[in-house]
Amino acid sequence: MSFAAHLISGISLGSVYALIALGYTMVYGIAKMLNFAHGDVIMIGGYVVFVTVSGMGMNPLAGIVVSMAACTVLGVVIERVAYRPLRGASPLAVLITAIGVSYLLQNIALLAFGSDPKAFSNVVTLPNLELFDGQLVIKSVTVVTVAVSVVVMIGLTLFVKKTKIGRAMTAVSEDKGAAQLMGINVNGTIAVTFAIGSSLAALAGVLLCSAYPSLTPYTGSMPGIKAFVAAVFGGIGSIPGAFIGGILLGVIENLSKAYISSQLADAIVFSILIIVLLVKPTGLLGKQVQEKV
Amino acid sequence: MKTKAGKLSKTAKNDMITYGMVIAAYIIVQILVSTGHVSSLVQGLLVPFCTYSIVAVALNLTVGILGELSLGHAGFMCVGAFTSAVFSLACKETLPSVPRFAAALLIGAASAALVGFLVGVPVLRLKGDYLAIVTLAFGEIIKNIINAIYLGVDAEGLHFSMKDALSLGMSEDGLMLIKGAQGVTGAPHDSNFTVGVVLLLITLFIVQHFIRSRTGRAVMAIRDNRIAAESVGINITKYKLIAFTISASLAGVAGVLYAHNLSTLNALPKNFGYNMSILILVFVVLGGIGNMRGSVIAAVLLTLLPEVLRSLNDYRMLIYAVVLIVMMIFNWSPNMIFLRKRVRQRLAAGREAGEEV
Amino acid sequence: MKKKLLSLVLAGAMTAAVVTGCGNSASGSQTSDGADSQTEESAADSQTSDGASSGDTFKIGGIGPLTGSAAVYGVAAMNGSQIAVDEINAAGGINGMTVELNFQDDELDAEKSVNAYNVLKDWGAQVIDGSVTSACSIAVSDKTHEDQMFQLTPSGSAVDCVQYDNAFRICFSDPNQGIASAQYISENKLASKIAVIYDSSDVYSSGIYEKFAQEAASQSLEIVYAGAFTADSNKDFSVQLQKAKDAGAELVFLPIYYTEASLILTQAADMGLDVQFFGCDGLDGILDVENFDVSLAEGVMLLTPFAADATDALTVKFVEAYQEKYGETPNQFAADGYDTIYTIKAAAEKAGITAGMSTEEICAALTAAMPEITVDGLTGEGITWDASGEPSKAPKAVVIKDGAYAAM
Repeated sequence: MSFAAHLISGISLGSVYALIALGYTMVYGIAKMLNFAHGDVIMIGGYVVFVTVSGMGMNPLAGIVVSMAACTVLGVVIERVAYRPLRGASPLAVLITAIGVSYLLQNIALLAFGSDPKAFSNVVTLPNLELFDGQLVIKSVTVVTVAVSVVVMIGLTLFVKKTKIGRAMTAVSEDKGAAQLMGINVNGTIAVTFAIGSSLAALAGVLLCSAYPSLTPYTGSMPGIKAFVAAVFGGIGSIPGAFIGGILLGVIENLSKAYISSQLADAIVFSILIIVLLVKPTGLLGKQVQEKV
Repeated sequence: MKTKAGKLSKTAKNDMITYGMVIAAYIIVQILVSTGHVSSLVQGLLVPFCTYSIVAVALNLTVGILGELSLGHAGFMCVGAFTSAVFSLACKETLPSVPRFAAALLIGAASAALVGFLVGVPVLRLKGDYLAIVTLAFGEIIKNIINAIYLGVDAEGLHFSMKDALSLGMSEDGLMLIKGAQGVTGAPHDSNFTVGVVLLLITLFIVQHFIRSRTGRAVMAIRDNRIAAESVGINITKYKLIAFTISASLAGVAGVLYAHNLSTLNALPKNFGYNMSILILVFVVLGGIGNMRGSVIAAVLLTLLPEVLRSLNDYRMLIYAVVLIVMMIFNWSPNMIFLRKRVRQRLAAGREAGEEV
Repeated sequence: MKKKLLSLVLAGAMTAAVVTGCGNSASGSQTSDGADSQTEESAADSQTSDGASSGDTFKIGGIGPLTGSAAVYGVAAMNGSQIAVDEINAAGGINGMTVELNFQDDELDAEKSVNAYNVLKDWGAQVIDGSVTSACSIAVSDKTHEDQMFQLTPSGSAVDCVQYDNAFRICFSDPNQGIASAQYISENKLASKIAVIYDSSDVYSSGIYEKFAQEAASQSLEIVYAGAFTADSNKDFSVQLQKAKDAGAELVFLPIYYTEASLILTQAADMGLDVQFFGCDGLDGILDVENFDVSLAEGVMLLTPFAADATDALTVKFVEAYQEKYGETPNQFAADGYDTIYTIKAAAEKAGITAGMSTEEICAALTAAMPEITVDGLTGEGITWDASGEPSKAPKAVVIKDGAYAAM
């Protein structure tokens, strides 16, 4: 029974990673850049909901919509100001700029909201699921997070495959130059990608803070890195891969805490990641890219 | 071939400028210190300048010359720091400081090289972002493990545990070397600016010599075109591993310098986590990928920057972030590069026109 | 070719950056030179000179994390110190000198902490209030010892923080807290089966746990489960809580800070885990986490020297002043910061510190005065120190009842 409980708590953690990883992998897949600031957009999303729902007494759903809108704008602005000027420069330069943006967002939040942790009110007010006479409790926020992740995963896959702009994204990710020649607005497409990725980040931020209700300016950074690891684990750029990678990472993390060593859980998680990548160098669902001579 | 016996080649001259720059800076600083013109802050920063310059040059070997992205160099620094600090602490009473520091240096460099080699063997098969994430993972693993190590020494010899200090079963008079998260306390103060500059010069010498050597050229051939390099018979794995191990070992040297500059050593996310690895990468990218002199300058500037900004109080880190973004865009944006080229041409044209008149 | 061009351009840009950088640092050292004229007498040991320029200021340098993950503790200590400074200045200062506090950020990094100390030295600090965290405090104490500058850390709790003569602390030491907790649990027969959840990547937490485990063994308490977490995985505690539940723990000991503790309590409630929670001073502040459901903390016991809703006049006055100035309820770090300044004041008055004294003289005088003073502070009544730097004060055990602390 306790194994089941550990498994469920692992899925609970993993579902949050999965949702964050979906945003990560979306941006990476299209714009080919590691957006290290993604975790901090999550944190901003959390603060927006905190201010609107707990502070101004808005309806939680309305708060989430406001937060998603705010983060969408934020994502597009970041892309326009910090990343677009570096289009065509070394990917490393963009990576470093993303770090700069990450510091910037953290410090803005620190100045605006202070360093005190805020307790986030759970926006998911459904009752928890109790199985076996309360022996096993599944939190409602876990159910919601998993459901949202699945919906987002399917939605994104359909969006990329079926819509015109989604196909434009695929084209941009394959070859920017050729896409431009075909009349695709490359900058516009990437901006849309950031808009989607950032609104997903807001959603992830709300569910992260609902599941683990402590909000500080640094709340997003570690889950951000873990989600990045999850995205690579599942095969970065692959939408279903991000979901599977996230869930697996959460489960592995909690099971190793439970059965191997709580002190060395991080080391174990990262070791498993390394082993997986050594066996399958492009992640679980990653595409093998043929090297051109 | 001709240049060999004749005057210095262009690259050798370039190397000399780098050494000259470091030595000149050293002399100037020493003069200023002895005449009392340097604030305590800058005096305290002299060793960190050297530490970060060394590790930046070390990472530049991996990023610029080998062409692979590593986000785990703070981990190698951590290995060098802890092994050398443990050694120095254990021999604090028994050895005089000069041979002790020399031995600590060798131990730190060798253990970081060993870890670099062990990490490199499986990992260098991966490419690009996957390599980056795996090195990041290794850095985190190293940090996590070091935080769980308890090591002590007493009359019966070494005691080791991965659980807690109690399970060591030490006798009363024993000396705790590593106390888990509480780290190493009381390692002797053997680093100073002179040692730092000497180590920086040695690091620069090793790296620049490596680049000009046959091995270095092979490594760069792999960077530029792996398949072509392989087809002319270069052993890819071997050369990659050589470069990566040297890079790790030099990062270990920086760790030794770090550990002997402070009386306390903890493996925190701040100093040995991925944040530090990324900060080192910032030095490299800002200074110019493959440009060793740039790495040194960038490391010094970016270490100084947050300290200079202290007068801004609350806005310090905010401004730091803005400066970082602006510098990146200024240095790397294709538009800015084009613009700067135009300005320079305009200036040059103007000067020529001026001369003609 | 492109690469070469790039590096050339870069070199150009870098030189531009160097020039501006130098400009900055030059101006920086210039201002410090300017300040030197004020502090020459404190820096240069032999020359005590006229001292007219610094005449009536007493400069206290504070160090703590103001940004980064530990900012919440550093900012609180800074604010608490500032309130004390304002009060003292309003009441006429220390021995007629106006107190100036300059608090510098160390980002929870020992190296940055030393930088902060050097900045304060350039500014002309005469005593150090800091650092707030243990590792930073140890690193700084090495330097203050070298320079013979008096150091009083508000909350550096590791044993080695006060290893030198010139370093003292306000808070309890880690071993002290671990031992006191085990004794309290045993003496009051709170439980015999105990689980511990601690942060194995944190100096404070692992330090307390270590001594607690040692003392628990000799008090015949049984530690049925010890679960660690690290700074990298401090969100989900359900595994640790589940294991504690499975091991049949009656009491969970939390030698951690309240940020994580608020998550642990929330998750324990979700699981329907019904055990007693017991913590140390790090838990203080949990009731004031904005928006936190205080009913979750019902029945939590903690050994803390400070409680923000205590009714003694001193605490009430401090909490009011703090809320008015910073809009928040002060936590234990703020109280430590406040007591630090008043302790410095008490020692300075005892030692008869005057404006003309050098830093070394001040250090020697304060070090000698510390064991002789008694301070009634926020974190304890009649606090005294011995020469080793350890404070002697009684830990207060409180229990959270109806969303407020109640004495036990």
